[in-house]
Amino acid sequence: MIQMMANKIKKPIIRLRNVTKIYKVGVERIYALNGVNLELWENEYAAIMGPSGSGKSTMMNVIGCLDRPTSGYYELDEQDTTEMGDAALARVRNERIGFVFQSFELLGRLNALKNVEMPLIYSRDGWWARRKRAKAVLERVGLADRMKHKPNQLSGGEKQRVAIARALVCNPSILLADEPTGNLDSKTSEAIMALFDQLHREGQSIIIVTHEESVAVHVRRIIRMKDGQIHSDLPREQDPAFKTTPHQLPVNAGYRNELNSNNSVGSIGAGQNDAQEEQA
Amino acid sequence: MIALLRVPLAFFRLFYQSVYLALGQIWTNKTRSILTTIGIVIGVASVTAVIAALTGLKTKILTQVETFGTNTIFIYPTRPNVGPLRNASWWSIRFLSQHLDGLLENCPEVSRLCRMAYVGRHTVRAGEKSVESVEVTGIEHSYHEIESRPVILGRTLSVIDDEQVRQVCLIDPKLRDKLRLDRDCIGQIIRIGPQAYSVVGVIERRPEMRFGEGGEEHYEVFIPFRTAFKLQEPWIGAFAASKEASVLEEAQAEIKFFLRRTRNIKVGEPDTFRVESLKSALETFNKIALVVTMVAGGIVGISLLVGGIGIMNIMLVSVSERTREIGLRKAVGAKKSAILTQFLIEAVVLCFIGGFVGIGFGQLLTTAIANIPKVELDMAYIPLWAIAISFGFAGSVGIFFGMFPAIKAARLDPIEALRHE
Repeated sequence: MIQMMANKIKKPIIRLRNVTKIYKVGVERIYALNGVNLELWENEYAAIMGPSGSGKSTMMNVIGCLDRPTSGYYELDEQDTTEMGDAALARVRNERIGFVFQSFELLGRLNALKNVEMPLIYSRDGWWARRKRAKAVLERVGLADRMKHKPNQLSGGEKQRVAIARALVCNPSILLADEPTGNLDSKTSEAIMALFDQLHREGQSIIIVTHEESVAVHVRRIIRMKDGQIHSDLPREQDPAFKTTPHQLPVNAGYRNELNSNNSVGSIGAGQNDAQEEQA
Repeated sequence: MIALLRVPLAFFRLFYQSVYLALGQIWTNKTRSILTTIGIVIGVASVTAVIAALTGLKTKILTQVETFGTNTIFIYPTRPNVGPLRNASWWSIRFLSQHLDGLLENCPEVSRLCRMAYVGRHTVRAGEKSVESVEVTGIEHSYHEIESRPVILGRTLSVIDDEQVRQVCLIDPKLRDKLRLDRDCIGQIIRIGPQAYSVVGVIERRPEMRFGEGGEEHYEVFIPFRTAFKLQEPWIGAFAASKEASVLEEAQAEIKFFLRRTRNIKVGEPDTFRVESLKSALETFNKIALVVTMVAGGIVGISLLVGGIGIMNIMLVSVSERTREIGLRKAVGAKKSAILTQFLIEAVVLCFIGGFVGIGFGQLLTTAIANIPKVELDMAYIPLWAIAISFGFAGSVGIFFGMFPAIKAARLDPIEALRHE
């Protein structure tokens, strides 16, 4: 109830209504998303989780406006995106969405500052404003002294910080991170997650697509997907994987998750109820 | 105001960003870029060199024509190619001055006539100094009206000089200097052969044209037509001018008709003289130049085509190499048009660099051509329009052959592109 009241005060950034995405492989139709309903709110800190093939990547692509749903309705910042053309979607991606990728996707021949500036080339800002913002954002992610370094002179964690800075530089409504710690060791992963925590505290909305429980431990809300549908959508404290350990950092979260999934029938029902309540 | 400027400003920014990116990309792939642009370089270098050579030749000829004037007609005796006079002696077919009497009255389209008395080369002396082999020519007053060789000091040779067979002359400034005459040499006396002449004027030199003269210094002295007869029996020719350039052919026909009568050439016998204009010579040259230009253009076209295919190939490689980058750029908000512009500009910049280097090589070639001795190409230069055309061609090749790879890049699906590798 308290959650719902809080939701009423906050504005939804993202609203998915009955979103379906169908891929045609030969004559077969694959439902990558099958009637997904989802709302994401201001200052959201959520993880989308699920096994491979569960549709979480497709969901990410749809939310990131990289892909259009086959049917359904997607509203970003109270704006319908389903009717938008390619150019308008590009503008939306530029201004509202920040992407962080598993393999960083930095341009090797540009230094950190130039990499961060890159999305601004496609925005309306002038050269000076760009430089200033890129610098500010790099400072925010703690790379003030690495601006002139090229990606091959940076460590994995630093590369990901640059990538995060690049995602933040356009001041997006939402930060979409696709397995942001997938290519990093556990220690660096923790540092990156700490950065996400910090950004969340500063008011940034963040969605992380991941299958690592150690990542999910940081978020406030966990959306679990299965077969193109939302399987459960709960605050982290109520998620079956974390129910027993409300405090930080379960050492072997993955193992515990497996244990819990055996008797999680009840929680599915809870998830559905939750979705229905939100709809109402 | 600022709002109005937004769109062009945004476009300009995209443009210079693309140029910047393209230069960076080309710089990182130096070897590849150099190899790719060789086709363009060769194409542009050859087109500029050919144009430069032709322009040089044309300029050379035109400067000659200008001193004669475009409606000038040359009249001189010549042996016909056929008939019994084919092997006639030059002396028997020479002009006599009476052959040309009354020509102006009988040829309505001819406005001026100047008989020329060529008396060959003589040694000219002034005081202690002497210059050998100076070309002495007897001219009439109308010479100054037909040829545009201004008298830069003193006066022209007048009708009265001719009537009274005065011992006066015009000299060219180099001869004046060679003879160590005063700069203002009017009234000074020079000796041509045995005779003394008073200098009345200095006539501008004809632009250098060393066809067959092998660079040896060439001096001229002009004396009145009738005075020339006192020096020796002259070889007579004539200059004429038509009333207008447009009636040049008519004037030539009239002169031919008139001369056939005065020289007693019977019907069916060939002419023993020529009536020619520079215009016809120029037309012949222009025809040759056109053919040469077209042949060169064909060669250049082929090399540009090959160069263009090279560009296309390398751009396709570049697109597939940078698929992930394209995906990333699209993901962070690059529109199709931005990606298209980026790759198109990269191709165009590549071609422009090729064009630039090509013009450099073209200039080297031109300099080389101009320095070949005894070939009349020393005035060869690359005209500005040729540079413009070269860049234009290079740019068009870039746009034409860069379009396909650029469209390919712009159409990439960002999700697919990011998954590439």
